[in-house]
Formats: sequence, C-alpha cells, structure tokens
Amino acid sequence: MTQGTQGMQPKISFQDVTRRFGDGESGFLALDRLNLDIADGEFVTVVGPSGCGKSTAMNIAAGLLDVTDGRVLVDGKGVAGPGPERGVIFQQYALFPWLTVRQNVEFGLRIKGMPAAERRRVSDHFIDLVGLKDFADALPKTLSGGMKQRCAIARAYAVNPTMLLMDEPFGALDALTRVNMQDQLLDTWSRERRTVIFITHDVDEAVYLANRVIVMASKPGRLHKIIPVDLPYPRTEAMRLSPEFAAIRNEVWHSVYHQKPQIEAKH
Amino acid sequence: MNGAATTVTDETETRSRSVADLPPLLINVVAFAIGIAIWWAITAAKLVVLPGPYEVLVRAGELIRNGQLFTDIFASLRRVLTGFALGVALAIPVGFLMGWYKVARALIEPYVQFFRMIPPLAVIPLAIVTMGIDEAPKIFVIFLASFLSCVVATYQGVISVDRTLINAARVLGARDGTIFARVVIPASVPFILVGVRIGLGSAWATVVAAELIAAQSGLGFRMQQAQLYYDLPTIFVSLITIGILGLLMDRLLQATERRLTQWQERAQ
Repeated sequence: MTQGTQGMQPKISFQDVTRRFGDGESGFLALDRLNLDIADGEFVTVVGPSGCGKSTAMNIAAGLLDVTDGRVLVDGKGVAGPGPERGVIFQQYALFPWLTVRQNVEFGLRIKGMPAAERRRVSDHFIDLVGLKDFADALPKTLSGGMKQRCAIARAYAVNPTMLLMDEPFGALDALTRVNMQDQLLDTWSRERRTVIFITHDVDEAVYLANRVIVMASKPGRLHKIIPVDLPYPRTEAMRLSPEFAAIRNEVWHSVYHQKPQIEAKH
Repeated sequence: MNGAATTVTDETETRSRSVADLPPLLINVVAFAIGIAIWWAITAAKLVVLPGPYEVLVRAGELIRNGQLFTDIFASLRRVLTGFALGVALAIPVGFLMGWYKVARALIEPYVQFFRMIPPLAVIPLAIVTMGIDEAPKIFVIFLASFLSCVVATYQGVISVDRTLINAARVLGARDGTIFARVVIPASVPFILVGVRIGLGSAWATVVAAELIAAQSGLGFRMQQAQLYYDLPTIFVSLITIGILGLLMDRLLQATERRLTQWQERAQ
C-alpha cells in the first residue's frame, strides 16, 4: 500500500506485521498482517475498538515488543529494539518523579553524553517550546496532567527523534485541556516537523490532528480502513465546526463503530 | 510530626477553646505528665513495690554523674550500629540482585524466607557456641535481624518499579546499566528506606535482648545486673533510656526518609 508516497521511501513501513500472544487455544492474534506505509513528516492517527492491536503495533514500532511475523522498516532499515530516532510518549506520562522537569527533559541527552552546557541549551529550547519555562525546576508531582504530558513531549523531542509514537497521550486529560493540548501539539509539530503516529480512541481528536486516519478492527487486530483528511494546516476551531470536518468525522465514526456484523453481534 | 501546623493553631486565640482545639504536641505533653502523676500516685501509696519517679530520677543522676549510663549507651549503640550497618550494606546489593535477576531470586529467596521465620534471638545459643562470648555473636545476631528485614524491602522495591518508567528510559536510549542506576535505584529508594527503618527497629530490639542473655556491658547487661541486686531504679533508668534512644533513632531515619523521598506523591 502506498498512499501518496510513490517514488519516495516511506519513513516507516509495516510489512505483514503479525503478533500473537500466548500459543494454542489460550493464545490470541493481537495483530494480523498489518501493512502500512507512512511518509516522512506525515501526521497519522490510529483509531479502533479495544483489542484492535493499535497499541501492539505502536509498541512494535517503538521496539518495545517483538513481532511474531513480518517486519517494520524505519528509513528502510529493520527495527530491532528501541532507537533514538523514534520518540515515544506514553498515556501515563512516564516522567521520572524524582527528577525535575529540566532533568527529565535532559535524561536522554545525558545518555547520549552531551556536555552540560549544550544539554542546558537544548532543554531550555524544548521546555520553552511546550510552555513550561516557569516550571523547569519543578518536580512532576507539582504539575497538572496536561503539564506532565507537555514535559513528556519536550523530553521526547529533546533527543531529536525523526518520528514520534504517541499512545493515547491525552487519554487521561479532561476535555478542555485535551483540546488545548491538541492545538499545542499541532503548533509544535508545524514548527518542528516530525513523523507522528498518534493513537487515540477519540474520533474528533483523530480527525482534527491527522493527515490520514487509520481505522483498525479487532478479533483479530487488523487494518480496516484508511481515511484521508483533506483539511489544510493550521487546523482551527472554525474548521473543527465545519461541515467538511463533520463529514470526515462521520465517516471515521461509522467505520469505527459499525465494522463487521460478527463484531456487532458480540456486543 | 507537624510542628509548623502546631504553632499556627497556637496563635488562633479567638476560637473557643476545647480539648480538640489544643495542639497535638501539648496534648502529648499533658498525657506524659498524667502518666508520671499516676506512676507517682501508685508508688507513693505503696500499692506496688516499684520505685517512684523521684527515686528513678535520682538514680539517673547518679548513673550520669559516674559515667555508667554513657558507657552502657555507648556499648549498646556500638553493637547495634555495627551490626545494623553491616546488615544494611549487604541487604541492599542482595535485594537488588534478587529483584533484577530471576535466577538470583530463585536461589536466595528460600533462604531469606526460611531465616525470617527464625527469631534472631533463637540464634544466640548457636552463635555463642561457634563464635565465643565476645562481641562477635551479638553483632552477628543484630546483623542477621537487620539484614533480613531490609533485604525483603529492597527486593520488593526493585520488582515493583513501574514498567512504563523502564520503557520510557529504554526509548530514550538507556541500556540495562543506565536503567539500573538511573531508574531502578531511585525508584526503589522509598522501599529501601522503609526496610532500613524496620531493620533498625529490629536491631535495637535484638541488641537489648542479646545483652540480657550474654554480655559484659550495655543497657541490657546493666538491667540484668540490677536484677541480681534487686536494684529496681537502675532497671527503670535503663528501660527509659532504651525507649528514648529507639525513638530518637527512628525519628532521625524518618526525617532522612522524608528528605530523600520528597519527590513522592503523597496523600495529604
């Protein structure tokens, strides 16, 4: 499958990616032959019912989980374990609670062996980018959920990945904070362009952020449908309320919640 | 506990005063005074054959002046701190080993669980037979007591480190060594400190008991001697000293624990 990436090497390519958990009767197929190419600089969101394998696919791309079959290529090279070119943002923020915002952001830089002065410069830049300048020396426990996630985004950006993998990053936030975070993420993304794979269970969020929405199906987890979002960036509130947006949203909604008769029967 | 809050309530004179409004520290002091008063009343009325507070105070004064009390405190503290330091120093690496390597866990855990079931004092006869009546058997028993309580806490700390934090470190480029040093160790510090506190408590309890059984110095030994001469005031002085020292050490560790785990989210 090549959607608009003809002639160019995709940034990341899932090729027949299959993952099975357990074996025999008790085992299940979490992901069945996923084939998907994502272009450099593209913002892709992934939606689907629970058990559709979206988190499995992301963990495989992150290098935190092995494939049972198939392969994932990043810049044409096979993925074996985590790599600095792929930044990951977790739903639970996963900040190191004993480190300040700045120390969290510098964590990956220290591992790289970057000298202190340069680390400071890089962390300043990204802390500023996510609007946490006044909280650089605060411990995570003093931050709100949205601020924690912004810190996590700054930490992922700081090691300069070419791709960001985000697993329901705004899932734990309230609706208002969520909308703010979406705008900030798009703002950050437009200024520091990266390839983004963003998992969500929120159809509005999926459409608002993406170039393309990947809809997945469950039992077994697999690719269901790819829906392009032909709305220009920057996305605005007016766009969010427009009929064009509503039409795409309806299409995504329909393909998420009305997938196959067998799945409906299960509910 | 909350000394700052105490002084604040102290100044709110305008509120109607009831017992519940009094600062906790003041209530503590009142409770203490009541206890001493009851003690005094019972002994003054000769209801029991025990020394009264005044007698004990006089004896404490004597023991302080002739230096006896400090010699005893020093002897007991030296044993407890030596055994405790050795126990903790071994417990932390062993606990990490057990938490980090499944094989090490399977090899060591049965022994730890088995020896935990034996009260350290029950080892004293064996320790005396094999190590003589010197300092060694006492220190060994204290070492054992603090090691066993601390090793379990450390190992629990390592295995309960949040997987997501380890994954977060991995995707930021950390390898096993870095993950261990920068994630597993700091994340298990709160658990270790709880273990250290429990370890110190059991070490202190063990030293006094060990001195009762076999020693030529220390607070436990002093009580044992006093018992022979029916010297009840000295027994009281020793008991009170043991209580106060135990409390002081625990508070000291608690303060350290607070400082080292400031980053933890706590329920208010």
